Amino acid sequence: MAKQYETVIGLEVHVELATKTKIFCGCSTAFGGEPNTHTCPVCTGMPGSLPVLNKKVLEYAVAVGLATNCTISRYCKFDRKNYFYPDNPQNYQISQLYLPICQNGRVEIETEKGKKFIGIHEIHMEEDAGKLIHDEWDDCSLVDYNRSGVPLIEIVSEPDMRSADEVIAYLEKLRMIIQYLGASDCKLQEGSMRADVNLSVRKTGEEGFGTRTEMKNLNSFRAIARAIEGERERQIELLEEGKKVIQETRRWDDAGGESYPMRSKEDARDYRYFPDPDLVPIVIDDVFLEKIRKKQPEFREDKMRRYKEEFDIPAYDIEIITGSKHMADVFEATVALGSHPKKVSNWLMGETLRLLKEKGLDPEDVSFSPENLAKLISLTDTKAVSGSVAKEVFEIMFARDIDPEKYVEGHGLKTVNDEGTLRRTVEEVIAGNPQSVEDYRKGKEKAIGFLVGQTMKAMKGKADPGMVNKLLKELL
Amino acid sequence: MELLGMTAVELAAAIRKKEVTVLEAAKAVLSQIEEKEDMYHCYVTVDKEGALAQAAAVQKKIDEGFESPLAGVPVAIKDNMCTEGLLTTCSSKILGNFVPTYSSEAVLNLKRAGAVILGKTNMDEFAMGSTTETSAFGATKNPWNTKHVPGGSSGGSAAAVAAKECFYALGSDTGGSIRQPASFCGVVGLKPTYGTVSRYGLIAYGSSLDQIGPLCKDVTDCATIMEVISSYDPKDSTSVKRADTDFTSALKDDVKGMRIGLPKDYFGQGLDPEVKSAVQKAAKVLKEKGALVEEFDLGLLEYAIPTYYTIASAEASSNLERFDGIKYGYRTESYEGLHNMYKKSRSEGFGPEVKRRIMLGSFVLSSGYYDAYYLKALKAKALIKKAFDEAFARYDVILGPVAPTTAPGLGESLSDPIKMYLGDIYTISINLAGLPGLSMPCGLDTRGLPIGLQLIGDCFQEKKLIQTAYAYEKVRGPFGGREEKVHGKAI
Amino acid sequence: MANMISDETIEYVGILAKLALSEEEKEQARKDMGSMLDYIDKLGELETQGVEPMSHVFPVKNVFREDIVTNGDMREEILKNAPGEKDGMFVVPRTFE
Repeated sequence: MAKQYETVIGLEVHVELATKTKIFCGCSTAFGGEPNTHTCPVCTGMPGSLPVLNKKVLEYAVAVGLATNCTISRYCKFDRKNYFYPDNPQNYQISQLYLPICQNGRVEIETEKGKKFIGIHEIHMEEDAGKLIHDEWDDCSLVDYNRSGVPLIEIVSEPDMRSADEVIAYLEKLRMIIQYLGASDCKLQEGSMRADVNLSVRKTGEEGFGTRTEMKNLNSFRAIARAIEGERERQIELLEEGKKVIQETRRWDDAGGESYPMRSKEDARDYRYFPDPDLVPIVIDDVFLEKIRKKQPEFREDKMRRYKEEFDIPAYDIEIITGSKHMADVFEATVALGSHPKKVSNWLMGETLRLLKEKGLDPEDVSFSPENLAKLISLTDTKAVSGSVAKEVFEIMFARDIDPEKYVEGHGLKTVNDEGTLRRTVEEVIAGNPQSVEDYRKGKEKAIGFLVGQTMKAMKGKADPGMVNKLLKELL
Repeated sequence: MELLGMTAVELAAAIRKKEVTVLEAAKAVLSQIEEKEDMYHCYVTVDKEGALAQAAAVQKKIDEGFESPLAGVPVAIKDNMCTEGLLTTCSSKILGNFVPTYSSEAVLNLKRAGAVILGKTNMDEFAMGSTTETSAFGATKNPWNTKHVPGGSSGGSAAAVAAKECFYALGSDTGGSIRQPASFCGVVGLKPTYGTVSRYGLIAYGSSLDQIGPLCKDVTDCATIMEVISSYDPKDSTSVKRADTDFTSALKDDVKGMRIGLPKDYFGQGLDPEVKSAVQKAAKVLKEKGALVEEFDLGLLEYAIPTYYTIASAEASSNLERFDGIKYGYRTESYEGLHNMYKKSRSEGFGPEVKRRIMLGSFVLSSGYYDAYYLKALKAKALIKKAFDEAFARYDVILGPVAPTTAPGLGESLSDPIKMYLGDIYTISINLAGLPGLSMPCGLDTRGLPIGLQLIGDCFQEKKLIQTAYAYEKVRGPFGGREEKVHGKAI
Repeated sequence: MANMISDETIEYVGILAKLALSEEEKEQARKDMGSMLDYIDKLGELETQGVEPMSHVFPVKNVFREDIVTNGDMREEILKNAPGEKDGMFVVPRTFE
């Protein structure tokens, strides 16, 4: 029965821009300040305060618009969206309705079902709201305006998606583009990327759209996928029972796996938009547009193509490395310093990913410099350190970005190539492990591995395993 | 010369020449306030201690060589401009306890010029009104006749100048709120070109129309104050960079060849005959001095008021949303839940005229009505602006009355809003078109109430207004203080 | 009066504007709004086809700030006038159900 229905999904994606200051005032956008310490008369709606647009916000918005194949409006304005809520200090949000900055774009996504274009209706600039904290003790709410006025762009898609897979592919695509632009870190969990899902269902083959609902509070890909499935089922059930879907905003409760209507009759949803008289129009000329266009980075698809041509590394490595602009930057910079691409890729794919996972970090959080990675690779290339020492040093470099050369020097970790010392240690190991020696002599080739290990251990890893191997064979 | 009778520029000169100290001036005006306030009620807040402290500080600066054309002169500020540490109420209960932690840019400009701020003047609540009767703190009376209103919304500022309770004052003008009370109180008032004086710190009524300007005793003061308060302010996106703010350079007694247009519709039905004849007489004076004066058709006059009330109410309904009992101002005593708190705080905090305009503004912006009302009004505004553009291709200055009548009696206007709004008919379109407008006294009616003359200029042409006004003033002679002859009593 | 304003309209606008009017005020508001709208309807006489709506009277455009932090911690000032304050935040009636 459910198979007769098709799901129609459009997304409203809010992205917090990576500016230093808020959209209309000189307050910091940094996370983690004490409540209301990043506020001023403008972002708390004090009487007589006035907004002035942060130029960087416009630049980022245009850059995202260009990267998503939008038409950039040569004339755009800000409008006021009027509604009362305590997180909104003016009780209107400065946004764009009538003349948004970008329109009519599209991005290509790929799912198991193949490639497809998702249309972008518009992208507009707006301000974020403050934060409400519930105070159980006094049974009230508390307002912190540190986030009030943080710049957002809202990317409104066409209702072109038909499944959760497509939605996630679309979000991944947007995230990649925006991260590559450096316009935002796009973290769903932290709220720097937020997606509202507009969903309706219709009988397969029907042309028109059904009544849609809007779902909010989706802060992971998993929640999005679950919410889509849940809402689809809810709507189909209503229709099968001969009931109607009500156009409303619903809040997804991921723990309960259910959604609830969000607003009361006191919210008329009549926003009385009108042009904000406190802000002047934005006129975009060719010079400005060209400046932004020139600054556009090489995006992921192009990068992947180029890596394939330039570097002899596996397709899988390319996929992972280009999956983060920062990772790709580290890769390219290290290679540019003379390191072998395959070796750089190995460090990133192996130890780096392992440590990121272990510490619960994102590729964007990688903090060691390409210079230091190049130095470490060179230390292993010249066999100045052994593989195990290199890993040890890397772990410290990963945490604190130390200079590996100085560290190895300072901690006496250089490989011992003095044959006399090494020969003495090997002799001691042979003497101390008669059983293994005997095994080896009886033809158990593997036993030599144990002896190599014992020697390396005795040398605290500072020996060249090849040389140890050679000496062992010679002495046995 | 009697100290309180001096103009701001005269007082500043006397202070410079050490004939008067700043403290003496401040004390004199404070004692005048003490004596007259019960009668006129020009102020919401008088900052006696602050004024005396500022006076001492400014005197010290002057003694150390500080020079500015208004240094040491006591000034009154309309109560919709934020003043750091000083109560700023907009004459509304909802801001009855609001003490800003920052000052408006215009006030900062005055402070930098060595002004001594006396206090905050009464006004129509949130500048909505034409009589200063909508103030939550009681009406201001017209010093020329206390049975009459001083006009509004900057009625407190105009009355304070007329009553010598300050040497000059700042007001704000959204639809005539400087010019009309200046006219009713027999003082000079100027609404500058939109964008000339920063709106930062001015509590907004109609953001696209609001401008701060001076209310003062003569045209020389007007030009001097304008030089001090005009500035490009990066905090106000609508602020305009101007290189031509040397307004005192226009204080020239010369109108030869000045092309002055009298719009016929400004002299038509509804205009009081006494006002009409006084304004026409002023035009004749200018003609005799060599100006080229002629009548012309401006048109669209009857559309100005509906256009204005649609735009101003819409903007006001949004601008006043921030008064919600959360961040500052009045919060109702008891409430059940958030929305009830909003509604009760706002309903108890705002007066009837403010509520009327918020309701109208919310309605014209609401779903289904935006195009028919708001958008239509923005188009009408474009047409009004075009009509002025065409007029200013032919004239340097447009001359007309400020208001259809002289000051009405207390309590006469509020009963019929439309009638009250009609009183703004000659001032409103100037705000819609962003133009400068100057109001100055040009006579008294038979009841002894001042009549105002309005000079309107093209955008950025304040100097032409100042020059014309200055030339007229030379012929007219001093005006302030004439009430003493009329009523035989001293102010 | 050409514009008859219904009770529902007054109720609805009251929700939008967050104003709770007394019965008397509502009656007055109906009357006032009706007559104001009659007056505003006069604009209908104006031929505005092809006229661009004018929000700003001058062609001012592109006023920007640079992305530089200029404000420090102003919490004390910001909270100074708050009717309710706790832990450096503004107190409001509970917003969660």
